[in-house]
Amino acid sequence: MTLKSLALAACLTATAGMGFADGHAKLKVGMITTLSGGGAGLGIDVRDGFMLAMKQAGDTGIEVVIEDDQRKPDIAVQLADKMIQSEKVDVLTGIIWSNLAMAVVPAATAQGKFYLSPNAGPSALAGKGCHPNYFNVAWQNDNLHEAAGAYANTADYKNSFILAPNYPAGKDALTGYKRQYSGALSGELFTKLGQTDYAAEIAQIRASGADSVFFFLPGGMGISFLKQYADSGIDLPVVGPAFSFDQGILQAVGPAALGVVNTSQWNKDIDNATNAAFVETFQAEYGRLPSLYASQGFDTANLLISAAAKADVGDADAFRAALKAADFASTRGDFAFGNNNHPIQNIYVREVIQEGDIFTNKIIGTALENHADVYAADCAN
Amino acid sequence: MSLILLAEQLLNGLQLGVMLFLMAAGLTLVFGVMGLINLAHGSLYMIGAFAAAAVAGVTGSFVLALAAALCAAAAAGALVEILIIRRLYHRDHLDQVLATFALILIFSEGTRWIFGSFPLFLNIPTYLSGPVTLPGGIQYPLYRLTLIAIGLAIAGGLFLLISRTRLGIQIRAGENDREMIAALGVDISKLYTIVFALGAALAGLAGALVGAIQSVQVGMGEPVLILAFVVIVIGGIGSIKGALIGAILVGLTDTMGGVLLPALFKTFMEPSTAASAGSALASMLIYILMACVLIIRPTGLFGAKA
Repeated sequence: MTLKSLALAACLTATAGMGFADGHAKLKVGMITTLSGGGAGLGIDVRDGFMLAMKQAGDTGIEVVIEDDQRKPDIAVQLADKMIQSEKVDVLTGIIWSNLAMAVVPAATAQGKFYLSPNAGPSALAGKGCHPNYFNVAWQNDNLHEAAGAYANTADYKNSFILAPNYPAGKDALTGYKRQYSGALSGELFTKLGQTDYAAEIAQIRASGADSVFFFLPGGMGISFLKQYADSGIDLPVVGPAFSFDQGILQAVGPAALGVVNTSQWNKDIDNATNAAFVETFQAEYGRLPSLYASQGFDTANLLISAAAKADVGDADAFRAALKAADFASTRGDFAFGNNNHPIQNIYVREVIQEGDIFTNKIIGTALENHADVYAADCAN
Repeated sequence: MSLILLAEQLLNGLQLGVMLFLMAAGLTLVFGVMGLINLAHGSLYMIGAFAAAAVAGVTGSFVLALAAALCAAAAAGALVEILIIRRLYHRDHLDQVLATFALILIFSEGTRWIFGSFPLFLNIPTYLSGPVTLPGGIQYPLYRLTLIAIGLAIAGGLFLLISRTRLGIQIRAGENDREMIAALGVDISKLYTIVFALGAALAGLAGALVGAIQSVQVGMGEPVLILAFVVIVIGGIGSIKGALIGAILVGLTDTMGGVLLPALFKTFMEPSTAASAGSALASMLIYILMACVLIIRPTGLFGAKA
């Protein structure tokens, strides 16, 4: 065998290999999510929900690359660049935090990539900054807070004390609550992001003469607040979005959360076949109950699978139309996108209950029906 | 603003202060005696909280949980000192920062590996839960009062330890001249291990005590560590008295600033803007305090002359 034919053989094998790779993975998706550090529980839930849907779908020709952003915007940006340039992904997904989403999403969609958000829904990407290639499968950030405000009206609260961390999503939260709530405010507080001691705030709540408390303190901040609030002896009703009451943290709050009302677009008792199967298989696969984040990851994957079955990602217009059709069985029941590619959906009122040793939520009503976000009107999609 | 609210906030500030003191005491001792910057001190706080949550989960006893926190943190501290820190005393501060920062990452991911990514449950025991009514009609949680008492008792104990015991004499001597006390026949490496383990145990105890009213999760130590560094810079590095005064100053400034500034801003601003601007400025207050102290006394309030 001559050198020339050896080289030719090598070339042929190389191209054959590439051909095989092309034929096998017809769509590559890059997941950038938080898997270490504080807040890793959310990313892990999204990833597990997403991968469960992938596993159930079998061989869809979708290849998933997962990377950990450590909740740091700079790392998320590096990962996105790497995924777009060297991994050549077609679709990005996975980001939990709004500040990371703002750093990654506009650049990715500008490069013609699709982005499916399984969690963060900053207002800047829902209104004027919307993009045809950006789809949010979870909610616009304000939605759950608006629902809490709507619930406060039906519960006849007249004088709420409201608090949230001093950062963009915290300000959106209070704005969202006030948009729907029609009573008066006995106090409005911004806490430090990552604050763990709420003694000073609780003392102010006690002195304020409020008849109810609305708070948005996601993750560990909510655990601290609820434990300290329960110990303070104040028994005003508390309402908040689901982020302080998700399945991942309820066990850490314990009895202090019992009976607290919170708002969510999903719960494990939403009555449809997809949801029942999701809750059961998730528990079997991972040995824990799914959270709303897991349901969002699961829905995101199923949306992607449905679109990939209809259209080739190479034909961006057809793929976009297939995503927009949202032709998949959601854990939330009916699912549709508005003109800004954010969901139009029911937001439910849940109450924390105890089932055996496990603290969990049950739906007690609907706060807002077929609710779309207020920013949709500014979107020129 | 009512007097009752003000008094309650003073207690809150004091409570935050004494818990910060438990963290800062170990940090300042280690820095003063061994000249070591230990960034991994926050990890020891986390280890204490996790050990307490694990033991409380199995036994249901809060006292056993606290004992476990003390032991686990002291053991982790001694182990780290013997295996790693001992090799760093003669290196410069940058190497120490690098190595102890690596320890933070190792401890954090190790804890996640053992306990998972979701926060653990650790609650106040029933006999300490609920509020009590203090003179003047102040409703105040009993647990927080207990924290103040424990913190002050430990401060007193540490003061006696440093001023009245042989170990205390050795620690003070070690701060002044470590070559000389080694020459006098004191086993300096044993002394270092003891001091490090003592500091670690205090951090672990703080983690367990505070973990019961906060969230026991990976990475819980780092925000406290930053405050503890502010405390020892204000108090003067190496001084236990400075750590106590500094901690209470920081606790009061942080709490009262967070309450009074937004209230002050509300007198001339629209409520929503006042809340936001007030809390933004309040979160800077302790650093402003630190800067002011450093301008007036560059070595801190009770720091030895540089």
